[in-house]
Order: sequence, then structure tokens, then C-alpha cells
Amino acid sequence: MITQPEETTAAYQTVVGLEVHVQLLTQSKLFCRCSTKFGAPPNTQTCPVCTGMPGALPVMNREAFRLSLKTAIALDLHIPQFTKWDRKNYFYPDSPRGYQISQFDLPLSEHGFLHISDPQGAFPPKKIRILRAHLEDDAGKSLHDEAAGKADSRIDLNRAGTPLLEIVSEPDMRSAQEARAYLTELKLLLTYLGVSDCNMQEGSLRVDANVNIHMQVDGEKIATPIVEIKNLNSFRAVERAVVYEAQRQYELWRETGKKLGDAPKQTRGWDDQAQLTRAQRHKEESSDYRYFPDPDLAPVLTSAEEVEKLKAAMIQRPAELRSRLQTDYALDAHDADVIVNQGRLFVDYFIAVAEKSGSGKLAGNWIQQSVLRYLNEQEIGIGEFDISAAALAEMIDLIQSGELASSRAKDVFAEMLNAKTTAPEAMKTLGIEAVDDSTLVTLCQSLLDDNPRIVADVQGGKQQAVGALIGQAKKKNPNANPSEVRKICLRLIDAM
Amino acid sequence: MSSLVEQTATELQRRLQASEVSAVEVASAFLDRIASHDDKIGAFLSVWREQALERAADVDRRRAAGKPVGLLAGLPVAVKDVFCTRGELTTCASKMLEHFRPPYDATVVEKIEAADGIILGKTNMDEFAMGGSTENSAYRPTHNPWDNERVPGGSSGGAAAAVAAQMAPLSVGTDTGGSIRQPAAFCGVVGLKPTYGRVSRRGLVAFASSLDQAGPLARTAADAALLLEVIAGHDPRDSTSADAPVARYSQTVSQPLEKLRIGIVREHLGAGLHAEIAAAVEEAIQVWKDLGAQIQEISLPHNEYAIATYYIIAPCEASSNLARYDGVHYGYRTDETKMLAQLAAERKAAEGNPARLEEIDTPLVRMYRQSRSEGFGAEVKRRVMLGAYALSAGYYDAYYLKALKVRRLIRQDFDQAFAKVDVIMGPTTPTPAYRLGEKAADPLASYLGDTYTVSANLAGICSLSTPCGFTQSGLPIGLQLQAPALEEDRLLRAAHMYQTATDWRLRRP
Repeated sequence: MITQPEETTAAYQTVVGLEVHVQLLTQSKLFCRCSTKFGAPPNTQTCPVCTGMPGALPVMNREAFRLSLKTAIALDLHIPQFTKWDRKNYFYPDSPRGYQISQFDLPLSEHGFLHISDPQGAFPPKKIRILRAHLEDDAGKSLHDEAAGKADSRIDLNRAGTPLLEIVSEPDMRSAQEARAYLTELKLLLTYLGVSDCNMQEGSLRVDANVNIHMQVDGEKIATPIVEIKNLNSFRAVERAVVYEAQRQYELWRETGKKLGDAPKQTRGWDDQAQLTRAQRHKEESSDYRYFPDPDLAPVLTSAEEVEKLKAAMIQRPAELRSRLQTDYALDAHDADVIVNQGRLFVDYFIAVAEKSGSGKLAGNWIQQSVLRYLNEQEIGIGEFDISAAALAEMIDLIQSGELASSRAKDVFAEMLNAKTTAPEAMKTLGIEAVDDSTLVTLCQSLLDDNPRIVADVQGGKQQAVGALIGQAKKKNPNANPSEVRKICLRLIDAM
Repeated sequence: MSSLVEQTATELQRRLQASEVSAVEVASAFLDRIASHDDKIGAFLSVWREQALERAADVDRRRAAGKPVGLLAGLPVAVKDVFCTRGELTTCASKMLEHFRPPYDATVVEKIEAADGIILGKTNMDEFAMGGSTENSAYRPTHNPWDNERVPGGSSGGAAAAVAAQMAPLSVGTDTGGSIRQPAAFCGVVGLKPTYGRVSRRGLVAFASSLDQAGPLARTAADAALLLEVIAGHDPRDSTSADAPVARYSQTVSQPLEKLRIGIVREHLGAGLHAEIAAAVEEAIQVWKDLGAQIQEISLPHNEYAIATYYIIAPCEASSNLARYDGVHYGYRTDETKMLAQLAAERKAAEGNPARLEEIDTPLVRMYRQSRSEGFGAEVKRRVMLGAYALSAGYYDAYYLKALKVRRLIRQDFDQAFAKVDVIMGPTTPTPAYRLGEKAADPLASYLGDTYTVSANLAGICSLSTPCGFTQSGLPIGLQLQAPALEEDRLLRAAHMYQTATDWRLRRP
């Protein structure tokens, strides 16, 4: 029986390395011209190449290679001038050639890193090293239909040949939270780069986790055998599987004393329903892939100039944007994080509002509190949002100039959305207009005349008594600016 | 006038152009010849009688209407059954692909048809092009037209025998370690293995991808030039295809080469070489001297490792290339009902014995195992096992990686030799055609038959075999000429020069 992890977390350190497979957003497959579109009827996006027909030959998709280089540069990976393709030989029904075309000893990129942090401070910011990122082609899908008492397996090769970039981290993560933070940041970066849609449901982003635990026992460092966890269908599943697996390994170590090296690397599958990992069949993991260079494909050469060109064209990455928003627009770390995590379009929206209104702080507040809430409620993206950055900036301008009282701004915002209109139009509809000073003085004077007790209280030193007048003023004229009313009343009493 | 089937492709081309004969007449003549002769030769696995006559009629109509026709217009061509032909059986002479009809045409086939060549059918071969006698065909052996008790060579044995027996003026074969040149030598025809990458491999069912190359077999160098001109050229759908211009070989082939320097490898004329072949090669040297060529001795020091290197690299690649024949997607699959019954029986017998139960295959693994062991012939299985072994963890460096290094050295030997000579000349094979069954029990003896041919594949250079004599018992002897990469033009012109000085090519079985 496995105990609750909270009781024993101090007993060991969890060590996690992640292998992430990302489907690249290309129109066509890695080695043929078939479409990569998801969801077509089975086997309608296939040709002799991706079905592994005799005589068929692969031709590399340059766009897939370009997207891979772009990603590699964003992850600060080193790009060697020479890379090649290797065959990974294994038999499986959804692998029609009997081998996968991948990269073995000379991948297109190696040795990079990704910074992760947690705005809530669950762990200090850290740098996760990335061992390599390489390209390979995807397998098809086996569909098992065991209805009608007849075991029937079918194969859909639409996905076979889709370009996958495999990004392999070093075992640098020390908790499930760090693993999740790494995946979240990686996904955000890939989304910013536009190299993948990272849709886990459709399999465009797949994660395998390598997990073991380290312990200090009588001054000696002990590590458990490494387990690779497959079948992780969400970041949440990764988090839970890591926690579960670390604890399972701890229990197992206490029971058997088996350390790293005492047992071979094991593959286990995450069962999301049961919330536990299960050993996978032994035979499936003892393969010798007999890698060798694929003689059908030429090695790929990348010049230093090409790399420089891609570097020069590199977008601002999420980490860079976060610090830019803090320095250029006076946002705090949390606000910058929230905005950047919404994606590049959202950041652009924020920057446009901040630039046009001249106030990063106000822009940040409005965007986080009103815009983001609305988007979440409606489950839409910033691209479908009806208030343009210019229109929101105009509203903020009106607030800053005093023409629109902060207290009414929320109504104006709602009206702008409702009537798909500008702030001045919304203010007109709501009857909001600036009240000139003399009107306000007349209004205040009449209030003072009607409320001698309040006047007396204020004169007696109870300044806060004037607050009661503000409510009355708003009733008589909804456009009266509360702070102005307050100021004028105090001035008039003072002059009495 | 001799009968149509006796004529060379070049003669037929001239007569077709002059409308002295129609494409239908030419095709009919060869189809009739196949019908009457192939029973005892066994060169064809399938004959496309109807399509061939239809296409020939179409060429005739277009020519009569004054419309443009291709370079091969009306010329029959036999195609080795290793090239994919859309909707038509492509068996590779294997039970594994007994019913395989590809959904696409090989580039070579597309080019022949685009040039209005008339494909007569598909020729026999060693299964998956593995072998040198065509005895490894799963369907039938091919007999040598010069002596029906003997092999035609292989793996393109059907392609060579078809030309020698006048069942086709032209044929396309493939050469991975000598599979065009050796049968050409055994059958007394011209066979050219072009530079690696010269002819597209797209649609050529792979044996060893880094060595496979398609090329022409014909009666004369001029005929080979004609077919090469059609099938050569860059193919963007083959990543290993050479992006280099193709000469008008059929135009240049008759131009003699001035001051030709010919290299002779002395070791190739010594031990292990059949005496009559050695004599024929010496005679050829004299012919060249009379033609004004300068003969030089050269050395290819790493050539002695060529066979060993080849028999690592080719099986390694083959083991991977042939993995797709697993009974899942196409081709042969074992009888599943029987297989499942057998598995159930094995499980029952092992009841109560967990260790033995664990040993029994899953149905999927058994399906793979049984489909492959029933669908492949012995030689294919031997090479797949050799290759899988050599690529295994712990052996890769000692075998495959080492072989790649030696391959580089072999290539460098040729580079150095070709700095001194224009063409390298020697025997194509160590022996003339042997008897059917003679080497079947000794694969190693059969592998050694590739001694003179494999190095051209390892180095990627071009090479051809042309008839240079006959043994006392009337078996043809082949002379091998080798030239640097992309110098097919030089090779063909040299062969043509030699042929105009000799009359070996004129003999008929």
C-alpha cells in the first residue's frame, strides 16, 4: 500500500527528465507531400512513400527542417553544420516500413536550455538543460475493434510520416511542479514560435517522463533505477504520474533495496483512470534498434550564415517579453507573467493599449481585470475580442483626463462591448458627460444648504462626514465626479 | 534482310523512323519470339502482350499523323521485375510479392513509356535481386540461351537472357554488385551499370539502397547508349539522384576516343581466373593496342577487401529494406487460422508451466515470424540474418562502420587510378556461366563470382561488360570496362570502339 506522498517527501529527492515529441506545423509530411491535417477519414492522406511501399523513396521536407532549426535556436541549442538521418529498425504494425527515420548520433541540435520559474514562488527560478532536439517521422495509429467477439485490428496511416521534433531534457527537474513548469514554458515558447499547435488531444504534443529518486542514506547518495513513463495525456497527468512514481520507487526501494544499476531501465504506462503507473510488457522494451545511416537520404548541411540569419529573425521569446513588459511598462513580475502567458497576440494587444494610452499600469489593470475576465467567460481569444486596442486606449485616456470617472468606466466598458462601440459613444448612450466646474459648485452649494448638520460636523473636524454628500450628489447628477464633489464641498465649507 | 528480332535497337529505330516497318510489326515479332522461345529460357515472369500491341499501334498512329514521338518510339523493352509498374504484377521473383500490384510506376518505367518505348513484360531475376544465377527466383530458373543447362547469371538473368535470345532488343536491369554486368557476360550481351545516382531509384524495389543502380542491357554499346539516354537524369523524387546533365549518348557513342589510356590491374589476371577468360582479356589488350590505346598497369590495393565489404554493407541495408515485408500491409501473410490453432495447441501443451508459456510468441510476433519465413527464399533469409547480425548492438562498429571505412578506401583507390588512366579494363567474371545447381549448395562460391564487379558499386563509378570472346565450349566471355563517376559517355564510346574492331557481339546463340 502506498502512503500519501506528503508524509515522506523529505525522505527523497525526485529527479525528472522529459522527452517531448512535438508535431511540427507543416502543410505536408516529413518525407512526402501528403497532408498532415488531423481528423481525415482513415488512410485518405497516404501515398507510396508514407505507406512504405516497395520502391518508394523519402525526400526531406525543407520546411520541417527550417521549423526545427527555428525551435533549436529558441532553445539556445547548438546547431552543428552536419546532420544526418538514421533508421531505427523495429517491427510494429503501425510502422509500415519496419523502421522509423530518425536521428541517432548526430542530431540537428544539441546542448541548450530553458529557464523556468513559478510566479507563486513554489520553487526558485532555474535553468533546465536540454540535451538535444532531433527530427523524426511519426508512426500511424492502430485501432483495435474488439466488438462482436472478434478481435479486429485496423491501421490508419494518415499520421505516418508527420514530422516530429523530439526535445530531450537533461534530468534537471526536481519535482512534479518543476516538470509541469518546464512543459508549460516549452509549450508557450513553441506556440510563440508558431512551430506547433501543441494540441495534446490531437497528439501534437506528447510527453514521456524519466523518473527516479535520490536519497541521502548514512551520508551515501543512493539513486533508484530509472523508469520511463509513457501514455501521459496531459500536463496534469505528468504531474500526478511523477508524484506517484517517485513514491512508488521509494516504497519499492525500502522493500527491495534495489539501486540504479541493479535493474535495467523499465517502461511503465500511466493509467489515468486508476491514477497509477503499470509495468509494460517486458518484450516491448528489450529491442535492439539496429540504428544505421539511412542510405536513401543525403546528410543535411547547415551553414553558419543560415544559422545567423535565423537568429537575426528570432522573435522575442516569452522570457524576454516578460522582462520587457516589466522594464518598459512598469508591470510587476506577476502581471507580466499573466499577460505573456496568454500568447503573443495578447501581448501585442497589451503593448498597443499601453503605448496609445501612455500608461502601462492602467493598461495592465484593465487588460487583466476586465479584458481577460471577459475572454475567459466567453471562452474566446483576444483575436475575437470586439474592443480594439485603440478603443480601449481611448477609454483609458478619458479616465486619465478626468472626462470619465473611474467609477463609471466599468459601465462604459460593458456598453462598448454590448453595442460594439467607442468609449465616447458609450458615454453618450449612458448619459455620461463631463460636468463643468460652475455646475458642480452650484450643485455642491445647494447640498450644503440642505445639510447644515454635515457642514457643522466637518467644521467640527470630522472631514469624513462629507462622504454622505457625495452619494446625494450622484443621485442629483450621475456624472458628478465623486472626488471633485468632495474637493469642492470641503473648499466651500472652508470658505464659510 | 534479317528477321526483325535479329536486329539491333539502333537498326530497328532507323527502320521504324523510315516507316519500313511498323511498331506493331516489331512488337509482334518479339512477342511471337517470346511465345515460341521463352518456355525453355524462362526469361519473363509476365508478358504484356495486349498492352504492348496497343501502345505500338498508338505509336504508329501518331507517327503516321506526323505527331512527335519519343526517342524509343516503337522499340520493345523488357523490364526487370524489380521495377514498380502501376497496376501490373511486380514480384521481385519472390513469393512475398506474388500478388503485389504497385499503385505507381517507377521513374525508369515512366521514362521508357514517355519515350514511347514498348514494354514487353517483366523479366525473371534472383529473388529481390539477391544472387548471381537467377536460380533464386521463387517462380522458375532462367536458362542460358547459349547452353540451356547453364545459368544466365544474375540477378538480372532474365533481362540478359531476353536480349541474348532475341526476345527483346533492349532490357533494363539493376546492378547492386554486378547484377547487370555478370549476366551480360554470361549471356554475351552488353550490360551497363551507370554511376550511382545516374538513373533514378524511385520505384526500384530496394535491395541495398547505397549500391542499387538501374541500367541497360542490349546487343551493342550503341543500343545501350540509346536506352541510357532515356532512363538517365536527375529525379527530384530520389534524394540520392545525381543532379548532373545527361549527354546525348546515342549521338556521341560512335565518336572514337583519342589517345585512350587504359589501366589493367595485373592481380585480376592471375590466380582464380579461368584460363580461357584470361586469354580473351589478353587478346582484348592487343585489340586496344592496335586501336592506338596506351595500356598501363595500375593498382587497386584495397580491391581484395571489396567482397568482404560488400557482403557487410549490402546485407545490412537489405535487412532494413526488407523489414517492410512483414505480412501486415501488403504481400504474403501466413494462414492465420492455422497459425492461431497452432498457437492454441502450443499454449495447451505448456499449461501449468509459466516459463514455457512466457516463451510462446504473441499472435502478432508469430504472424511476423511465420509470414517472413514462408514468404522469403533461403538466400534472402540468409542475407537478412547476416545484415541484422552485423547491425546489432555491439557488432555495428566492427562490421558496418568498418565496412564503410574500407569502402572509402576502395573509392580512393579508383580516384588515384583514374588520375592516371581514362578507363580500367579487365574480366567481368572469374568463370563463364556455370551449370544450374552447381553452386546452389555453396553460397560463398557464388559470392566470389562478384570479385571483379562489386568494387564499382562500392565506389559508385560506372562500369560495363561487353562480349570479348567465347570459350571452347561456346560460352560467352565478358570484358569489363570501368570509368569515373558520370563518365558513361566515355565508357560507351570506348565500348563502341572495341566493338567496331571485333565481331563478338554479332554471334547469336
